[in-house]
Amino acid sequence: MLKKVELLNISKTYDRKQDVISSISVTIEPGEFFVLVGPSGCGKSTILRMIAGLEDITDGVIKIGEKEINDLPPSKRDLSMVFQNYALYPHLSVEENIIFGLHVKKISKSERKKRCSEAADMLGLGSYLQRKPRELSGGQRQRVALARAIVNQSPICLMDEPLSNLDAKLRAHMRSEIRQIQRHLGITMIYVTHDQVEAMTMGDRMMILHNGEIQQIGKPIDIYNRPANPFVATFIGSPPMNLVSCTNNWKTGEININNHLRFFIKPEDQPAVRNRQLTVGIRPEHILHSSNRLTNTIKMQVQVINVEVLGTETIFAFHLGGKEWLAKWNGQWRLSVNDIVPIEIDYNSICLFDKKTGGLIKAPAKIERHIIEQEVMI
Amino acid sequence: MNIRNKLLLYLLLFFSAFLLFFPILYAFMISFMSSDEILHGKFFPAAFHLENYLKVFDRLPLLKYLLNSFIVSTSVMIGQLIVCSMAAYAFVFIQFKGRNFIFFLFISTMMIPWEATMIPNFITILKLDWFNTYQGLTFPFFAAAFGTFLLRQNFLTIPKELHEASQIAGLNTVQFFIKVVLPVSKTSLVTLGVYSFLSTWNQYLWPLLVTTNDSVRTVQIGLKQLQTQETATDWGVVMAGVIVVIIPTLLLLFLGQKQLQKGLTQGALK
Amino acid sequence: MKLALHDTPNLSLNPKTSLWKQTQKARVAFLYLLPSILLFSVFIFYPMFKTIYLSFFLTDQQGEAALFVGLDNYQDLLTSQSFHKSIKATLLFVLYTVPAGIIIALFLALMANEKLRGIGFFRVIYSSTMGISVAASSVVWLFLFHPSTGMFNRVLNLFGIAEIQWLLDPDWALFSVSVSTIWLNLGFSFLIILGGLQNIDEHLYESARIDGASYWYQLRRITIPMLSPTLFFIITISLINSFQTFGQIDILTKGGPSESTNLIVYSIYKDAFINYQFGTASAQAVVLFICVLLLTILQFKLGEKKVHYQ
Repeated sequence: MLKKVELLNISKTYDRKQDVISSISVTIEPGEFFVLVGPSGCGKSTILRMIAGLEDITDGVIKIGEKEINDLPPSKRDLSMVFQNYALYPHLSVEENIIFGLHVKKISKSERKKRCSEAADMLGLGSYLQRKPRELSGGQRQRVALARAIVNQSPICLMDEPLSNLDAKLRAHMRSEIRQIQRHLGITMIYVTHDQVEAMTMGDRMMILHNGEIQQIGKPIDIYNRPANPFVATFIGSPPMNLVSCTNNWKTGEININNHLRFFIKPEDQPAVRNRQLTVGIRPEHILHSSNRLTNTIKMQVQVINVEVLGTETIFAFHLGGKEWLAKWNGQWRLSVNDIVPIEIDYNSICLFDKKTGGLIKAPAKIERHIIEQEVMI
Repeated sequence: MNIRNKLLLYLLLFFSAFLLFFPILYAFMISFMSSDEILHGKFFPAAFHLENYLKVFDRLPLLKYLLNSFIVSTSVMIGQLIVCSMAAYAFVFIQFKGRNFIFFLFISTMMIPWEATMIPNFITILKLDWFNTYQGLTFPFFAAAFGTFLLRQNFLTIPKELHEASQIAGLNTVQFFIKVVLPVSKTSLVTLGVYSFLSTWNQYLWPLLVTTNDSVRTVQIGLKQLQTQETATDWGVVMAGVIVVIIPTLLLLFLGQKQLQKGLTQGALK
Repeated sequence: MKLALHDTPNLSLNPKTSLWKQTQKARVAFLYLLPSILLFSVFIFYPMFKTIYLSFFLTDQQGEAALFVGLDNYQDLLTSQSFHKSIKATLLFVLYTVPAGIIIALFLALMANEKLRGIGFFRVIYSSTMGISVAASSVVWLFLFHPSTGMFNRVLNLFGIAEIQWLLDPDWALFSVSVSTIWLNLGFSFLIILGGLQNIDEHLYESARIDGASYWYQLRRITIPMLSPTLFFIITISLINSFQTFGQIDILTKGGPSESTNLIVYSIYKDAFINYQFGTASAQAVVLFICVLLLTILQFKLGEKKVHYQ
């Protein structure tokens, strides 16, 4: 019943000159919640629409199960789709909207009724069935769109930024609801979003796209811990990872960031950085309050230039080596602008990227340790 | 707005309304007057006699004319809705080579005044032997650039996701057209319907050219007959005819005024 | 082509879609467009070319081209006193009806756009002439203009002013016809302009009010510029409409007196369907077509610069 979705060297171009999608290959496993994430214009929606059959494929093959579906019309691909603006038919009631596709597929009336009421129950739409879409709130419309996808009982469901028209609170709620429905029905979900939080929290695996190219595919937490390149490092995680280029003296094994910050590269990492230009990356939460408890750290004093206290955490900015850095500390810190703060950075927590190719050379090691040890001033 | 300005505005509104509506009001009054009263220049009839109305139906096959007008206007309305919506659908929902060129060709017909083509059209109708037939009165008006344009503008506002969702649900183009596009565009279809009905009902030159007897003659030509057939015009009867002729369209306009205003400006401007 | 017809969708990595498949959308589109294309061809494009063709011929009673005369028909028009008069009357008529009609409609629409109790009633009244046919309106105005029993002369009498032969005096006839035409077209212009006014974003006025702008300042700096696409549209339509005036003339004056109201469409009608001079009538129709075409082009050229689209 469940089928995998396979993309083999998929490319797309509109003008035959520049690719909007170049050579994407990925296999989406049966029953998986797979997220396509990237900034706007990265081609994620185009990929989804090619899977749906709404967009021609310039080059490559898409398979569902073992069958090539390049030339199949959307309706023959046995999938359902939820659109960003929900695409509800304004002239039909909620019930008619939900069973719209079943009607076309010539499914019997009693079966239609049964499936509709099941889906409506699952999504709490029971009392709205006779209403028109315009009489519903944004969240309710969203649920109707979900219900319409569910009643199809298609093994594959495509979602194109389904939550981006909702307010923040509802979005958080729907994230878990969609995830639960997907688990409950056991369907394969391909989910497009530009929101890295959605990608992190919902996906079994995700694919990060930029300029029509794959940046990284993997489990969210693996990607967070081992970003493949600076783009992924800054795209995933909020606030983004601090990135700064540095000079690298491989004779002494020392990294120097504008003469403000020096690291000694551990002997085991030294072969990898030899003869390379480097970019250093540090996650904001890895810039710690200097407590003198850690060894093998770099300590310094920085001047605060902006503070945001978020209740559970405090984010502040400072200048270092000609760049603005962000640091995130747990708890509420009474910092004000121009305060001098002592910070320390553990060599283990930094990322090293090849400056030329962008490739990851060293990922943070043993970071669990760095995450817990905090103290609260107040 | 303060009270003084408001009062002034109301005064202006009433005054303009009276001035504008006066000819119709006057015609309405005259339609109840006897010749004597008309001669004396009264504004209000002594009593609301229906005598003139009875006379006008007696003098002309007015009922037949009304029916003819109704048949012709309704046919043009339906014909235009079908033909224009089909064309507009192709322009919006089907991507094909030469679409812009054909659309330009359609729009360019708006620049050809219909009167500049009436001579060959007249000859065409003559050759088809369509004189004094409904098809002669209606066929030339089924295709309309204005109607196509108006509907196209409206179809363009339909989110493309609706089209895509229908494709995934398995609708073919005809089903999508009939089950989704047309119902969703109900308001602009009504606008075009009202507009084409009104303009066909009020047509004058073409019915004058292609009707030579009473069989399919429309009320507008009937009015002209009424006014010219007698040497000493009986104005009371003529005005009764006028009132009978304008009542259907005025009613339609009053009902569809809001609709028409919205639809026409939308079609014209976006 | 034959090969392409039997080409089944192949499963190779780079399927070159067949011609049949490539043109599938165009073929479907063509089916949807077919009724329009057919009707336009028969009743607009063909007659347009036929009109141009006929304008080079003398015709027989059946309207068939009988004798090629080249540009003679046009030459005749250029030297014809009656055609000169017709052109002059048409231009004057446009001048009388278009600006006045639009200014009055704008005035009415501005009033009817205020949010007042019962404004709906006034909107209905102001748009009412749209529901009145040219025949009905002309018959009513014929009575209003009546030399003895007509309303206008009665009012003049009341003030002791000499009666005017509204439709029988060559100096007055065109003016009288224009008045009735302005009235008849008010409803449509009003409706369009009101729609345009209601499309203007309310926030613009709110922000202007906060800045303390007066009503006239708002009218000049917000309403008119924002309304310019609507005004542009209605000016174009009105111009074209007034070139096509026929019904009023046929009922009110029949082109008289002494051809002072012989507008171009009426002139075409007379030549073609009363005198059976299809050739010269066609030549006039071509002139009408060129006038409307030039006007539309001119409008668009001028309008492009002046119009503020949102």
